[in-house]
Amino acid sequence: MKPHTLSILVENKAGVLSRVTGLFSRRGFNIESLAVGPCEEPDMSRITIVVIGDDAQVEQVMKQLNKLIDVIKVSDLTDNERVERELALIKVTAELGTSRAEIMQIASIFRASIVDVGAKTLILQVIGDTDKIDALEKLLRQYGVKEFVRTGTVGILRGSKTVTSGK
Amino acid sequence: MKTGAKILVESLQREGTEIIFGYPGGVVLPIYDELYDSSLRHILVRHEQAAAHAADGYARASGRVGVCLATSGPGACNLVTGIATAYMDSVPIVALTGQVPTNLLGNDAFQESDITGITMPVTKHNYLLKDAGDVSRVIKEAFYIAGTGRPGPVLVDIPKDVSTTSVKDVPVPEQVHLRGYNPTYSGHKRQIEKALQLIMAAERPVIYAGGGVILSNASAELIRIATELGIPVTTTLMGLGCIPCDHPLNLGMLGMHGTEYANFAITECDVLFAIGVRFDDRVTGKTETFAPHAKIIHIDIDPAEIGKNKRVDVPIVGDTKTVLTDMLACMKKKGIHDAWIKKIKHWKQHHPLKCPDDGCLHPQYIIRQMSELLKGDAVIVSEVGQNQMWAAQHFCFRHPRTWITSGGLGTMGYGLPAAMGAHFARPDVPVFDVAGDGSIQMNIQEFGTIAHYNIPVKVAILNNRYLGMVRQWQELFYDRRYSYTELPSVEFVKIANAYGIEGIKVESPDDVMPALKAAIECDGPFVLDFRIEREENVFPMVPAGAAINEMIGGHSR
Repeated sequence: MKPHTLSILVENKAGVLSRVTGLFSRRGFNIESLAVGPCEEPDMSRITIVVIGDDAQVEQVMKQLNKLIDVIKVSDLTDNERVERELALIKVTAELGTSRAEIMQIASIFRASIVDVGAKTLILQVIGDTDKIDALEKLLRQYGVKEFVRTGTVGILRGSKTVTSGK
Repeated sequence: MKTGAKILVESLQREGTEIIFGYPGGVVLPIYDELYDSSLRHILVRHEQAAAHAADGYARASGRVGVCLATSGPGACNLVTGIATAYMDSVPIVALTGQVPTNLLGNDAFQESDITGITMPVTKHNYLLKDAGDVSRVIKEAFYIAGTGRPGPVLVDIPKDVSTTSVKDVPVPEQVHLRGYNPTYSGHKRQIEKALQLIMAAERPVIYAGGGVILSNASAELIRIATELGIPVTTTLMGLGCIPCDHPLNLGMLGMHGTEYANFAITECDVLFAIGVRFDDRVTGKTETFAPHAKIIHIDIDPAEIGKNKRVDVPIVGDTKTVLTDMLACMKKKGIHDAWIKKIKHWKQHHPLKCPDDGCLHPQYIIRQMSELLKGDAVIVSEVGQNQMWAAQHFCFRHPRTWITSGGLGTMGYGLPAAMGAHFARPDVPVFDVAGDGSIQMNIQEFGTIAHYNIPVKVAILNNRYLGMVRQWQELFYDRRYSYTELPSVEFVKIANAYGIEGIKVESPDDVMPALKAAIECDGPFVLDFRIEREENVFPMVPAGAAINEMIGGHSR
């Protein structure tokens, strides 16, 4: 059992996301993260799903995904050289004084940016892989994380390899 | 300018639809109004579930796409069991449902249900139409998806305003283009050669053939391969009929209620040639001990079936007929497996299926009499349970598409409506529904339909006043604690008569043949109420989770 990052190219139509996620829930898989958005083709979307399962289970889900009429291409990025990123916004309690300075210092170490400064809170925006974001959130907990929101992972293969419709 | 409903009816006709099974309701009124003076035949069923099963029976018997139609909400929901049945057995049907007008979608409007959401896991694909201009394209795609690749049901949900809106007649695309759907028909050449090498080198090969052979109309190719290579053939429940029952190489059905010799052959074979099958749990028993000594070759049009339940040595993704044809073309010499065939012959002689002969009325005897009378020139449809297994074991099927049963989903109540559909596909032969007293009561309202249209379906009820298969499991595995499986006696002939259908109650073996003949001679539908031995079991049997050669109730144990 290990995390697999699947990149799925789909028709940009109503109901497609529900068809895709339905295949996972029906098999009792919990989706670790999910990111959907338009892509280089105007009428297609790309879905990145991170799911934990053994290789045979994931292979079966991929085959089932391929059977969906609205799915154009499915790739497992896991065993390839790739770039994976997610973005998180963290609203942290930052009273005037020492803690605010400390938080800003931590943010700079993580190359996070401060995107909002309130009277009692700061919002940090951080981009990185899952581990980096987890690490930052853990460090900020001592100051009081009021709200934490993150996108799903998006992934892309390194070099000239692509996950495209092959047209 | 044409309304969506008119375009729908014209689109169905363009696809060659001759018959629709349906039930009207509020939001399909515009569609029914178009049907009123169209040349399309419509059969009014008594429950929407029957419409779906009838379309399915029609599709299985004919090889064409079956069509059913229901209204929104309850009508659409009643189709679901029928759609799921078709999905599990890869049957091409197009289910049309009415929907509330688009401006009310998601509004909990009267008779609204999210049928595309509900049927997502049990359809090959589905559509919610939003624009009358899309009707002709979507219907074309629906038939194409249903009938190509691995066939399956497609649902098209049609809001009332889509039916009533008039749009400019749009030209229908000549070809369907779906970039996410490209089924593979031809097998990989190298893999086909590899498979042939493996088969030629085998000492104890077995062909394990299933519903895929029937779906792809590949019986002739299968029989040629088997004969030329000298390989015995066992078929799944869904594959019965793809090789004649009395063909010297035929081992009958394998699996839970298969023949002992088929299961022995699987257990001892060194090459298993799996064709259009899916290694279902009712076939394999414990997967680790299924064909434990064999290298496995597997042909299937659906790549997701290959390696799903059992590791495969030579996978071949492709259409059964195409692959077998290519394989026949590659074949250089005949195969001879005399010692193996001799061994199987010995098993066949010493482990035949049992048919008790003690003067009592046994279901096996009834099926065998039926088989003798009909000589394979009939369509046999079954319900689900003991009746289904006795029919599968004891009827001698000689042709593909003459055995119609709910294998995957195991839907009780399937038989009668599916038999109605089968009749419209094969009006030239008698159609029998082999039923149990439990199953028949799940869709007994369809007596109304067969009476209404004088559909000559012969219903043979193997009446034991039990939910027999469940009772059998309770007897064998639950200490004879018959929890809620006993049924009170029902006079089915009286029910039939009330609908205007003739029938006979049969209580002794001597009366079986005359009753069957009376049924055949009757021009219309007929009901046979066979009062069989109450606690007859289906044997042999592989207990759940056991190896398939560990059968009970056979000759070995």
